[in-house]
Amino acid sequence: MAGGKEIKTKIRSVQNTQKITRAMEMVAASKMRKAQERMQAARPYAVKIRNVIAHLAAAQAEYRHPFLVDREVRRVGYIVVSTDRGLCGGLNSNLFRALVQDIDKWRREGIEQDFCVIGSKGLGFLRRFGAKVVGHATHLGDTPSVEGLIGTVKVMLDAFSEGRIDRLYLVYNDFVNSMTQRPVIEQVVPTPASAEEEVKHHWDYIYEPEAKSVLDDLLVRYIESLVYQAVVENGASEQAARMVAMKAASDNAGNLIDQLELAYNKARQAAITQELSEIVGGAAALG
Amino acid sequence: MAMTVHVDIVSAESEIFSGLAEMVVAPAELGDIGIMPRHAPLVTKLRPGEVRVTHPGGEEEAFYVSGGMIEVQPHVVTVLSDTALRAHDLDEAAAMAAKESAERALADRQADIDEAAARAQLAQAVAQLQALQRLRRKLPR
Repeated sequence: MAGGKEIKTKIRSVQNTQKITRAMEMVAASKMRKAQERMQAARPYAVKIRNVIAHLAAAQAEYRHPFLVDREVRRVGYIVVSTDRGLCGGLNSNLFRALVQDIDKWRREGIEQDFCVIGSKGLGFLRRFGAKVVGHATHLGDTPSVEGLIGTVKVMLDAFSEGRIDRLYLVYNDFVNSMTQRPVIEQVVPTPASAEEEVKHHWDYIYEPEAKSVLDDLLVRYIESLVYQAVVENGASEQAARMVAMKAASDNAGNLIDQLELAYNKARQAAITQELSEIVGGAAALG
Repeated sequence: MAMTVHVDIVSAESEIFSGLAEMVVAPAELGDIGIMPRHAPLVTKLRPGEVRVTHPGGEEEAFYVSGGMIEVQPHVVTVLSDTALRAHDLDEAAAMAAKESAERALADRQADIDEAAARAQLAQAVAQLQALQRLRRKLPR
């Protein structure tokens, strides 16, 4: 029976792989739901803080915070949000492709870049890419906290305040729905002007201790919340992409098993036929 | 019915409270402040401590915050609460940690970070303790 045993072993091995991918698919599906909830939960804060800043920026026209002022670009910074683990389809590669295109654009103008990376996949990629990585945070887990991001954000904001970078971008996967995730490159600092919002009221806040320091604190928190939002969004994208990738893998494993079973049955049939014809041939020779 | 003001307490990670209140007491940086409906617009920083919300009807509820900001408008009060311990040295330390891990350099820089962390933790612990004590007093014996 030619190869019968080998095919049987192969089938069993594919079945085991299929069990794993199916389990991963289900785990990813439930993690995705939780990540989506976190995404929703983080929204009110960002909205509230954006309102306050818009008002403050409008009311305090004479004081322009550096984070709000556009300046000539000599060097740019990126905060790249990637995943810690693989097996999530083309999620990271799509993001990196978008990033590389953006970097090329700057390179043609002779402008260099600094990077802060969240997630170990991004770190590995940028290191191979030969980029200058000035800070990173990895293994934030399934429930990232703002606390884990403060350092990374501060590295970049300090660089901006000290004039080492003139623009800061945030790169992450936007969670559109469970089937679609879109790589996004978003300018964070200088904060794109929300100046279109006309201030209709003519009052101003009382500031304690003073407007400047309050605005400073608010802006830092605002940017942190943006980065946190990006991390959570990227987390949801990761789980969604993994779910889809694992579903495809399970389906492929199923097809493979079908084909292998067919081959096995054919081999078995062939062996039986051969045996029969041998017996018949033997009997004929004797008779 | 007494006048009320809408209160939102949010942190970067979740919404903590949203509803009406007769009064809000918050630990502002320059001292505790009490806010009644129609308070003048105000923005200030918060220390670690408890935000006390008096619901319509006089019932009081306390929320612990580890710092943040409060924004007051005549009919809306927004507390932007921090979830993390914040202090200048600590932020500096976090930035340092991010840089160092990027450089994979393991220079021994723990001492001053530890002190700042300890001080911030102490402030937080004291505030938590106070919130607990207040809760305990309120419970019927």
